[in-house]
Amino acid sequence: MSIPAIELHAVEKRYATTHALKGVSFRVEQGEFFGLLGPNGAGKSTLINIMGGLAQASSGKVEVMGHDVVRDYRNSRKRIGIVPQELVYDPFFTVWEMLTIQSGYFGLGRENHAWLEELLDTLNLTEKRDENLQRLSGGMKRRVLIAQALVHRPPVVVLDEPTAGVDVELRRALWSFAHRLHKEGHTILLTTHYLEEAESMCDRIAVLNQGALVALNDQQELIAQYPHQIGVVDQILDGELPQLLSSAIISRSRNRTQIRMPRVLDADHPLLQQLSAVGIQLDQLQLRDPTLEEVFLDLTRSAVEEEKR
Amino acid sequence: MIGFGCWTLFKKEVWRFLKVFVQTVLAPAVSTLLYLLVFGVVFEEAVVVYEGHSYSSFLIPGLVMMTLAQNAFANSSSSILQSKMNGNIVFMLLAPLSSLEVYIAFLGAAILRGLITGGSVLLIASLLVDVEIYSVGLILLFALLASGVLGALGIIAGIWSEKYDHLSAFQNFIILPLTFLSGVFFSIQGLSPFWQQVSAWNPVFYLIDGFRYGFLGVSDVPYLQSVWVALLFLVMLTGISVAILRSGYKLRG
Ligand SMILES: Nc1ncnc2c1ncn2[C@@H]1O[C@H](COP(=O)(O)OP(=O)(O)OP(=O)(O)O)[C@@H](O)[C@H]1O
Ligand SMILES: [Mg+2]
Repeated sequence: MSIPAIELHAVEKRYATTHALKGVSFRVEQGEFFGLLGPNGAGKSTLINIMGGLAQASSGKVEVMGHDVVRDYRNSRKRIGIVPQELVYDPFFTVWEMLTIQSGYFGLGRENHAWLEELLDTLNLTEKRDENLQRLSGGMKRRVLIAQALVHRPPVVVLDEPTAGVDVELRRALWSFAHRLHKEGHTILLTTHYLEEAESMCDRIAVLNQGALVALNDQQELIAQYPHQIGVVDQILDGELPQLLSSAIISRSRNRTQIRMPRVLDADHPLLQQLSAVGIQLDQLQLRDPTLEEVFLDLTRSAVEEEKR
Repeated sequence: MIGFGCWTLFKKEVWRFLKVFVQTVLAPAVSTLLYLLVFGVVFEEAVVVYEGHSYSSFLIPGLVMMTLAQNAFANSSSSILQSKMNGNIVFMLLAPLSSLEVYIAFLGAAILRGLITGGSVLLIASLLVDVEIYSVGLILLFALLASGVLGALGIIAGIWSEKYDHLSAFQNFIILPLTFLSGVFFSIQGLSPFWQQVSAWNPVFYLIDGFRYGFLGVSDVPYLQSVWVALLFLVMLTGISVAILRSGYKLRG
């Protein structure tokens, strides 16, 4: 078997007051387009920071292309390009200056300039080449961040919410760019809060919640493994409802109600009984698979509820 | 292994202060010259520190050293603090640079800034008054040592600080007293025995005393002693800086 692009083994991270990562293990294979999902504060950025050496794990082990990110940091950092979530930039420099500086940090000189020009071109930055970073719009700064992460042609590319606060057009451009990188053989790890994005791009998805891995699979299986399906009825259910039924309702809109139901339903299941008590029979329900978003919301919600209990 | 990455970081740091040349080189040079004009003129006739040397000959090396030291310190400390506050320090942290390389790059840039600023003061001063030169080699040696010591202190201060308040506290409560109580404006031999003892522990005193020896050929302590003290400090601060960088303290969360 080939070396994994990223391998995490029991990674823990404790801050003074938060336990940000509670022993996370998984691997991302070379050539994958991998999605890392999770609600705000789940620990996604912390995990990414540890991969790039921006943060130190409290315990556990992380390897990038087989190189330990602490002991063999030179080799691991040469193989990973991280686009940070925050729109950071150095106000002293222009786009071109910043790229040559970043490329120089990786030991690359003039011989790399052709590649930097190509990056500018691909990311539509050529016009802004000599503009000071301070004067670029947010979207432009985001592109520069991407270019900076790629100056050393890393085999592993990590995008931490690259589409946050980005307009529709740029979002499309970024996706096609990510696709292209993937086709060219780069391993991509992506975090996003747009589930459709993950749905349309990622092979496998890991869901992180409160510092723990709550799911890891390819999408179809993630959905297939999920023990619920969605029942849709063309009717508004309101008023006093039995407890089980009311907690199973996931949405009401105009004249339609969606209900989370077990995949395996016995005729005498209490939920069906409660439904029939309000006048709805099983054959009035359209049953469908949940979307990734519904699975995601449920995975991360139930963990929150468990925490409360 | 010191590589091209280190060289790039050094160049970037130099580039940074040259881009704001007026603020980083010109302004400090002008304010030092004001000291020279005011103190030099007022005390020129009245004060003789070393027999046979005018007060401004005594003052100039001290002022040059003060400018050089403060600017070397300011360069590394404010560059590090600024990139931490802007968040752009991640670009350097993501790169395959060793702690030693980061240290050398920041130190090198701080030294260069110190030399350029101190040099400008000296150059302009020499147009205004006669500057005595005893040994160019010793002047350069002490200039290097001083900007090295203060540049290294700046690296530590920049990493430790979280906002400008912290940095100015460091500057006002450590750097400034060390500089002013080191014999910029006077010889410590005029001090009471107690303060002479205190000055003996002040590294900046040795830097100024040795530096002045390079100009006048006279000093309070033998210049070789000053070389050793300065070297000792530089080695110590280098050890501390590299250890801090290696630990990731306040940089790699
Ligand atoms: N430097 C830090 N010091 C203390 N706590 C931190 C630090 N960085 C992150 N945390 C905490 O660690 C937890 C995980 O944060 P992290 O930024 O990794 O979440 P995330 O999944 O990336 O969230 P988001 O989707 O909002 O970007 C949060 O509770 C956060 O407050
Ligand atoms: Mg994040």
